[in-house]
Amino acid sequence: MLAMGLAKRIIPCLDVAKGRVVKGIKFVNLRDAGDPVEVAQRYDQQGADELAFLDIQASVESRALLYDMVEAVADQVFIPLTVGGGVTHVDDIRALLTAGADKVSINTAGVNNPALIGEAARRYGAQCIVGAIDAKQAEPGRWQVYTHGGRTATGLDAVEWARRLVALGVGEILLTSMDRDGARSGFDLGLTRAIVDAVDVPVIASGGVGALRDLVDGILEGGADAVLAASIFHYGEFTIAEAKAAMAAAGIEIRPTP
Amino acid sequence: MPDIAVVDYGMGNLRSVAKALAHVAPGGTIEVTADAEVIRRSPRVVLPGQSAMPDCMRCLNESGLRDVVLEALRDRPFLGICLGLQMLFDDSEEGPTQCLGALPGGVVRFREAAMFDAEGGRLKVPHMGWSPVRQRRAHPLWHGIADETRFYFAHSYYPVPALPELTVATADYPTAFTCAIASANIFAVQFHPEKSHLAGLQLLSNFVTWDGRA
Repeated sequence: MLAMGLAKRIIPCLDVAKGRVVKGIKFVNLRDAGDPVEVAQRYDQQGADELAFLDIQASVESRALLYDMVEAVADQVFIPLTVGGGVTHVDDIRALLTAGADKVSINTAGVNNPALIGEAARRYGAQCIVGAIDAKQAEPGRWQVYTHGGRTATGLDAVEWARRLVALGVGEILLTSMDRDGARSGFDLGLTRAIVDAVDVPVIASGGVGALRDLVDGILEGGADAVLAASIFHYGEFTIAEAKAAMAAAGIEIRPTP
Repeated sequence: MPDIAVVDYGMGNLRSVAKALAHVAPGGTIEVTADAEVIRRSPRVVLPGQSAMPDCMRCLNESGLRDVVLEALRDRPFLGICLGLQMLFDDSEEGPTQCLGALPGGVVRFREAAMFDAEGGRLKVPHMGWSPVRQRRAHPLWHGIADETRFYFAHSYYPVPALPELTVATADYPTAFTCAIASANIFAVQFHPEKSHLAGLQLLSNFVTWDGRA
């Protein structure tokens, strides 16, 4: 295949709490999954296109450790880093960018204070502000936005909120299906397709990857620009190279693993 | 004095650029600095930039570093990255904003109406991710980098040089746009070498040893 376009990205996601990588099911039952720098280096060497860190605790204690962790990772891995979790003020964004994040994802604070998104995008550029949406099916074909790590229902429709986020200035959407998160049954392709069709910015599909075929489906059926996964990579089940090989075999343009 | 000054005018993520340079120049000193005198006396200068153009130019002007940047652009190995490339031209549609005017040309936004690939698929703006960089002419900074190697991009605007010979590389999105320029001692890229893994580190390594001649 003559590959001359933009590659679809594979983004391993590291949920962190107090500076450690953790993984839970549906946002609870957390298990330790390793040292962030070691995990990040392993993915960097395997050819990950980008890394995402989400501070799922976002307590004061966890926050200080997060900045140290972002610095430590950014000093050793030379691929883009997206960091999110607990961002409430434009100064939090500056602190994360200064620590070495390339993009900052905003979820709860954007719902509570949409003006924050606009201010952040104006100040730092749309390309480094990621609108994170945690969505759960409300009825067939409709999904509701949740905040506070999935604990608070907002009443917002996910598709409408995605459009609003783009109008406010986000340069990318990180879309997590709460129904599928940790369930390993594949992305919510209906949700993914609905958001992809609604906005003009790149969409990262997240939540539910249990097999390599799920990554392919997220791109070919869901229409995602990037696919995010955690557990299939963390526990050594698959390497990034195997994931890319599966995508390439399905005719998806990828960045070859070094 | 440091071997390389990374110009700090108060915007964006300079840590990554400095760390990546340190990674490829382990014996050298790299200083992220807002001190005009340090920049003036540094043999190599890097101008990064990763934010919104109006704020970027305002911060550069208010930092008092505009003159020393213009001075460095005239006489020593100079590397511009992302907005550090865009700022070199006359003006940008983002804002719109008057830029440094060190090179003739402007900076324009991807036209949403024209953003379709060959199969009719919609292309997103920002252009975000890894695209092949097609080398349009030989340059010492391409040493060890295969033609059409992928680099990481994250931008909605791109340069349109008034002189075609400034272009040393293009990328397709969906049509070819200039993604690297060179003029005498100046080299500048729209993509992020500090975030482009091994290829990016190779380009930075080439800059560290470059004599400033094309």
